[in-house]
Amino acid sequence: MAMFFNRDPFQELDDLQRQMDRLFQTAVGRERYPRRMGVYPLLNISEDHDHLYVRAELPGVSPEDLEVTLKDQNLLIRGQRKIPAEEKNVNYHRRERESGFFRRVLRLPAQVDPQNVEAACKDGVLTITLAKPEEVKPRQITVKSA
Amino acid sequence: MTEQELKPKVKEEAPVKGERVRPGRVFIPAVDIFETPETLVLVADMPGVSGDNVTLDLKDNLLIIFGQVNPSPEKETLLAQEYAIGDFYREFQMGELIDTGKIEASVRNGVLTLTLPKAEKAKPRRIEVKSG
Repeated sequence: MAMFFNRDPFQELDDLQRQMDRLFQTAVGRERYPRRMGVYPLLNISEDHDHLYVRAELPGVSPEDLEVTLKDQNLLIRGQRKIPAEEKNVNYHRRERESGFFRRVLRLPAQVDPQNVEAACKDGVLTITLAKPEEVKPRQITVKSA
Repeated sequence: MTEQELKPKVKEEAPVKGERVRPGRVFIPAVDIFETPETLVLVADMPGVSGDNVTLDLKDNLLIIFGQVNPSPEKETLLAQEYAIGDFYREFQMGELIDTGKIEASVRNGVLTLTLPKAEKAKPRRIEVKSG
């Protein structure tokens, strides 16, 4: 797997993403988040008061074949889905599941605390929990009566 | 096996059968089915389904697999959704006779593996051709 990255992958991907964004912006006007062709794995992003959650469905991917890296505001998810080969005297009726590698970089919509990131895989669903730093957490402001 | 890059797939929704008690969507899991001389093996991708949430039913050659997925916590606000979340359901018409007493099922990393041993009379038998 070391073959994927020789130089700084984040820089390259980030540059590429920026170029793509520019291309789409000129093509579809001022749309900020254009609908691009999806990259595996598809992601759901949610938040609550303290955390940002990034989830992906990765059935059959064992945690040791999965790598999550955070650099600045870029989250890189890469790994491999392996389907063990069956013995030779096996006849397939259906083959819909695919094996292969994947890598996806996600630009996080908000700043996160790089020291406070957790990734957990349960039942084939990866959940990355990112803590929001104090300064981006919503804060209620008391309105004083003058 | 040559290594290829995985492509995202949009989950296919299962055809509606009757009214469901629980709200939510239902999808068709991707499966591999293969056969050895003794068994039929079914492997289904059901992310989010734990072993306790799988229901299997085999009646009159109709195999039904159902996996229940717990929805994501309600207190979270969704910022971006690329994939839909829902249960998994799929039916198969079994051509082979299955020894229902010996079915084995396991779930690991969101993948269901079902081993269905063939009934004695469904196993391939070599027929001796006698020379007369």
